[in-house]
Amino acid sequence: MNSATQSSPTTVGSAKIIKPRSTFRLLLQNRLAALGLFFIVMWTVAALVAPLVAPYAPNAPDTSIKLQGPSAEHWFGTDNFGRDIFSRVLYGAQISIWTGLIAVGISFCIGVPLGGIAAYYGGVTGNVIMRVMDTLLAFPSLVLAMAIAASIGPGLISAMIAVGIVGIPEFARLMFGQTVSLREKEFVEACRATGVKDSIILFRHIFPNALAPLLVRATLGMGFAILTAASLSFLGLGVKPPISEWGAMISEGREYIISGEWWLVTFPGLAIATSILGFNLLGDGLRDVLDPRLRSSR
Amino acid sequence: MLIYIFRRLLLMIPGLIGIILITFLLSRVLPGDPALMIAGEQADEAQLAKIREDLGLNDPLYVQFFDYLGALAKGDLGFAWHTGHSVLEDFATRFPATVELTLFSILIAILVAIPVGVVAATKKESITDHISRVFSLIGACVPIFWLGLILIYFFYSKLGWSPAPMGRIGGEINPPTHVTGLFLVDSLLSGDMIAFKQALSHILLPAICLSTGTMAIVARMVRSSMLEVIGQDYIRTARAKGLMERIVIFKHGLVNALIPTLTILGLQFGQLLGGAVITETIFSWPGLGSYVTESILATDYAPIQAFTLVSAILYSLINLSVDLIYGFIDPRIRYD
Repeated sequence: MNSATQSSPTTVGSAKIIKPRSTFRLLLQNRLAALGLFFIVMWTVAALVAPLVAPYAPNAPDTSIKLQGPSAEHWFGTDNFGRDIFSRVLYGAQISIWTGLIAVGISFCIGVPLGGIAAYYGGVTGNVIMRVMDTLLAFPSLVLAMAIAASIGPGLISAMIAVGIVGIPEFARLMFGQTVSLREKEFVEACRATGVKDSIILFRHIFPNALAPLLVRATLGMGFAILTAASLSFLGLGVKPPISEWGAMISEGREYIISGEWWLVTFPGLAIATSILGFNLLGDGLRDVLDPRLRSSR
Repeated sequence: MLIYIFRRLLLMIPGLIGIILITFLLSRVLPGDPALMIAGEQADEAQLAKIREDLGLNDPLYVQFFDYLGALAKGDLGFAWHTGHSVLEDFATRFPATVELTLFSILIAILVAIPVGVVAATKKESITDHISRVFSLIGACVPIFWLGLILIYFFYSKLGWSPAPMGRIGGEINPPTHVTGLFLVDSLLSGDMIAFKQALSHILLPAICLSTGTMAIVARMVRSSMLEVIGQDYIRTARAKGLMERIVIFKHGLVNALIPTLTILGLQFGQLLGGAVITETIFSWPGLGSYVTESILATDYAPIQAFTLVSAILYSLINLSVDLIYGFIDPRIRYD
């Protein structure tokens, strides 16, 4: 049986077992976390319903209406090809949220097992894994993401992989710390004594107890992933035109800012800022709910 | 102290080898083809084969790594074919511009964030505190490339307060005599106030843009550290013996709150290096960052690889320096 479901108290050592319903209720009581959740829900809904509600095709050029300011027909104005910016921002949400999810998924799925294995087995294997992780942490994150994306070649997939790889060490270190403290607990010793396989102990018993901080990290990581992927697109290493991605839209609109066409960059920029703000606020809120010791003075 | 520094430098060696190894593997193990990156999409198979042979890409991986190490030991960071110079030459020309921008950004971040953090902590729940917290939240979320463009729109296009976002100094002004390569310092050293004003007006917007994220995080850290320090017994004692509040806060409080702030500043240096690539690109600042962007657009990998390597080494050295500065701020910290 899963140790997470066995334990009657909600905390096991430093870890805390997540009860979705009460966690959600506490989150909603935190005004900032609720605001974060609002932004996330808003952009997720925008991504889902973009094909239904976008008034124009995102990549359909119409040079007769290029560079028009916000109006009743084009709420966010049009770009240098006459494309409707509102529709492009809505479709951009799909790319950004997918990029964030896949990048964080890569970091999580590689980092967590690596950290868990390093802590559980220790020795040379553990040391080698963690030294590699430490070395990756020595690189400034955007610079490393740029180097990876440049060496794979520009594109959406390479941006996702680059951002995903950059996030691996954070998850590995977090899981390492959690596993080190959990591996000496009685329930783990009991599993070992009854002959449960190491892989089952690690993933069915230790992992659920380490989930709370990992979940907080993943939420905060979504904001980081969206920002880094947008930065890569801005530099020409991510999504290529004409795909409507927020960073690429700002990159395309940058030369028009000097001549006063502010709307080309303003709306995609606000979209990036509010989505990152959403994930950061929700991540902070989750941390407060799942680990009240950290509430203190922030 | 010297023994400690020596020991830390020795301990850095395995880390540096790891950094070099990862930088090397990025170009050799990931699915991209370095020969294709150099020759471009139009190159035929014969050209690609020749480039692979010239670069030694057909050799075993460990041989390639030792060749790479050997080249690095000789200061050979590769050749930037898009500029026609060695990467080292390009770095030497452009490095001062990035140093100037980064240092000026850190200075702005410190000058704004520390007073804001202190006031927010000493007047908790006041309007200042709320404003500083909102600013910290937003500052950490705003994409730097967007903020840069918005600053250009308001301060150059609309208000005309800032010069055109092109370079370090106006085209009509001669750069100051080269001493350090930092225009602000060199113009002061040579007493050229016209060049100083020009350099200052050109650096202000990019530096504000680059410093915003750091400013937000440092202000938040100063506030939370100060809140912790203010609650300590020695602060109560300082107040009880009748010291002026200013002295209590700055001499007894702030100094003790500086250590976590310094750690964050060291960590932020990495963000600043990444941010410099974007900021320099937006403001056409002729530093390493814009050089990297030009290299990306020209699919010239050697400068990107060199920048990655140099950034990681600089980042490690800065964090070592931060560890050493702890001892100066807090004499209780001893290096044995």
